Amino acid sequence: MSGAGQALGSLNGLDGLGRADAPALRVDPRAMIVTTFLFIAVVSSFDKYDLLGLLPLVLYPVSLMALGRVSFRRIARRLLVASPFAVMIGIFNPVFDGRIIAELGPLAVSGGWISFASILVKFLLTVSAALLLVEICGFDAVCFGLGKMGVPRVLVSQLLFLKRYIHVAADEAARMVRAHALRSFRRRGMSFRVFGSLCGQLLLRSLDRAQRIYNAMISRGFSGRIHLLRERSVRGGDILFASLWIGFFLLVRLYNIPLWIGTLVLGSLA
Amino acid sequence: MHMADALISPAVGGTMWAVTAGLTAYSAKKIGADLNERIVPLMGVLGAFVFAAQMINFTIPATGSSGHLGGGMILAMLLGPHAAFLTMASVLAVQALFFADGGLLALGCNIFNLGFFPCFVAYPFLCRRIVGANPSAGRILAGAMLSSIVALQLGAFAVVLETVASGISELPFTTFALLMQPIHLAIGVVEGLVTAAVITFVWSARPEVLHVAPGREAGRLPMKKVLVGLVAIAVLTGGVLSWFASTHPDGLEWSMLRTAGTEELSGHGSAAHAALAGIQEKIALLPDYGFRATPGGSGAGSREGESWPDINAGRSVAGIVGGGLTLLLAGVVGIVLRRAGQAGRSRPTPER
Amino acid sequence: MSHHIVELKNLEFAYADGTPALRGVSFRIVHGESVGLVGANGAGKSTLLLHLNGCLFPVGGTVQVGDYPLTRKNVDDVRRRVGMVFQDPDDQLFMPRVFDDVAFGPLNLGLPRDEVESRVHGALRQVGADHLAERPPYKISGGEKRAAAIATVLSMSPDILVMDEPSSGLDPLSRRQLIELLRRFRHTKIIATHDLDLVLDVCERTIVLNGGRVAADGPTAEIFRDEALLMANHLEKPLRMQPLAGC
Repeated sequence: MSGAGQALGSLNGLDGLGRADAPALRVDPRAMIVTTFLFIAVVSSFDKYDLLGLLPLVLYPVSLMALGRVSFRRIARRLLVASPFAVMIGIFNPVFDGRIIAELGPLAVSGGWISFASILVKFLLTVSAALLLVEICGFDAVCFGLGKMGVPRVLVSQLLFLKRYIHVAADEAARMVRAHALRSFRRRGMSFRVFGSLCGQLLLRSLDRAQRIYNAMISRGFSGRIHLLRERSVRGGDILFASLWIGFFLLVRLYNIPLWIGTLVLGSLA
Repeated sequence: MHMADALISPAVGGTMWAVTAGLTAYSAKKIGADLNERIVPLMGVLGAFVFAAQMINFTIPATGSSGHLGGGMILAMLLGPHAAFLTMASVLAVQALFFADGGLLALGCNIFNLGFFPCFVAYPFLCRRIVGANPSAGRILAGAMLSSIVALQLGAFAVVLETVASGISELPFTTFALLMQPIHLAIGVVEGLVTAAVITFVWSARPEVLHVAPGREAGRLPMKKVLVGLVAIAVLTGGVLSWFASTHPDGLEWSMLRTAGTEELSGHGSAAHAALAGIQEKIALLPDYGFRATPGGSGAGSREGESWPDINAGRSVAGIVGGGLTLLLAGVVGIVLRRAGQAGRSRPTPER
Repeated sequence: MSHHIVELKNLEFAYADGTPALRGVSFRIVHGESVGLVGANGAGKSTLLLHLNGCLFPVGGTVQVGDYPLTRKNVDDVRRRVGMVFQDPDDQLFMPRVFDDVAFGPLNLGLPRDEVESRVHGALRQVGADHLAERPPYKISGGEKRAAAIATVLSMSPDILVMDEPSSGLDPLSRRQLIELLRRFRHTKIIATHDLDLVLDVCERTIVLNGGRVAADGPTAEIFRDEALLMANHLEKPLRMQPLAGC
């Protein structure tokens, strides 16, 4: 149901994400957020049979990975974990849509396969764009960006708190699961009742921690509002970054570039 | 049951984003008005708790398979509807951003499906009424069970509706619904049991926690107003977006052309557009694939959608060659950029 | 310098379920004193500390910090004077970067931006953690976390430092550095701990709590020599004061 539930190990995905220290690509998070959302909107606006027209958009994640020095494997691993739902639903397309819409010599391709393939490509594009948003700006910066774009403060501070305490809670959970596993010998898995009290125990600890954090906050004058000292103004470069990419997305959306290239190449060969 | 970007259309995604944004603003305002600053760290830590709890798998009785917690109901019972909704939204956002669960366009759908139903429907109308002011183990079980089932059924049904409305998956409505609802009935029962087990445990250790939530006010929620507002937002955005989408299969393209092409040929947009069309004609690569707003055509021709199904072997080959070259080009650009970046970075290092 | 005084008179507290935690605690700490607060688990040390800056309010008796008796009305004035360092730095460092955490208090005081920044860097420098400013708190070591947690209260320039188990979870070197740091501070200090060697090094006065009451209050060296007293309170002589065995 959830990629996050796969393993505690997947928490490693969170590491290195708040890379406040010298990001390779300095873009204002707001520019990045806008670009990412437009990218995703453009990707998902493609017709389900227009697999070909979609392809040039691959340039976006690929060059971001290169510019931001994000390892390809990092992104790919998480894409793989998350893919089942899209694949599961998409795989029905070839079943229900058998119209032949393309022929390659002896090979007839049905609309279902094309649309299935385009679902997969869309999945790869949109999800990698979302992951890259955080990889490149860092989660905290994205949150601050959202705050400046009008997202309610409560939600912004909630996101920051959540990220801060995920590690703490996960460590506690891991210790409890390990303690359980060490004493349950051959019986694998956790019974329902044990889970209930283990989880309840974890919840109690979380409640206590919330109280202690609250104490620490009021001790330093907290009165309902979290102030942050972080100013970053949007610079010309950021606007250029966003507008160049958005221009590119629209270009790709309006012209079928691969077909153009293909015809050009075939034409010159002939 | 996370929706994925790849399966929804911008119209559906945008509509659900608008609805979710409305709910978020409403919840944030409500929490701000409560002036209970204690809730700030509590929400954060409980969000982290849900995250951690989702990582622990348990064995589902009598099946041998394993499951994990969803958490929406637990949050609602501890935090009350508004804070729980925001907490759930934050959990789902982090999952989308870090773990590629769902996606950003689908995030609106996911927050609605997994946050709205438990927090604003199942909790105030079922759970809170059943558990009441004097909780007992039995009441907690009944309340958690019933509301989890209802919340997940509604959520699953919303997934079906959103998917079908997007029209990207070919799954017919009934088939998909028949697939989703029973599965989520089972998931709902399990979620209900787990929720009840966890809440009962905490309640017996610390009875006061069920009252931490400003939930008592939930009854006074001007729910009608909220619902009317939400429906209005949904209808408005959905209407506008799907009008865009349906008057032309490609909503975005259509709107571009509208502003550039048909809307008074004298506008500056049209000049740019005419220039583009001119370039296109000069290159004259694919007459049948030409940009559609050539004078007279005025946005009537269509590139894909209807034109794809005509079988055209020559074009398929061109497509495959072009597609391959495009990907190759993107790859080369990537490699060049990375090399350039590394060169740029390795230079200053010795100076340090 | 009356405003550095901490005075408890007959302080009583019971938890919501009726369990009494403090049963009439009285003491007076004056400017510049360093006081160790020791006692068995559950003796009431942490509960007592929570009263010193109004995280808890007394059920009976009074707490006076400087010129202010602790009431809900002037709790903010009390909190400004008392810097509280909690036991688990993870509870105290809740912001995205160490910088934000150290700036949290000054920003709540409504100080101007420049002042906040100079206070943050000043506080971090005092604990030798200037280089940590940009780091996220979950990525630094235990000793660094402790230093950062202390900086978060120093940035509010408190008169009185209150610490709960400052040396717990630290490796010997980090602990030694902490002790050196504490000895340098001129603040009035109240340190609740099981680490009696730390008390010996830092505090000239010791208060022993037992069952929510003051069991002893006096010069540290005197109290630590009284083996019967220590035994009765689940304590033992600091290692440094024990006779060397088997050498």
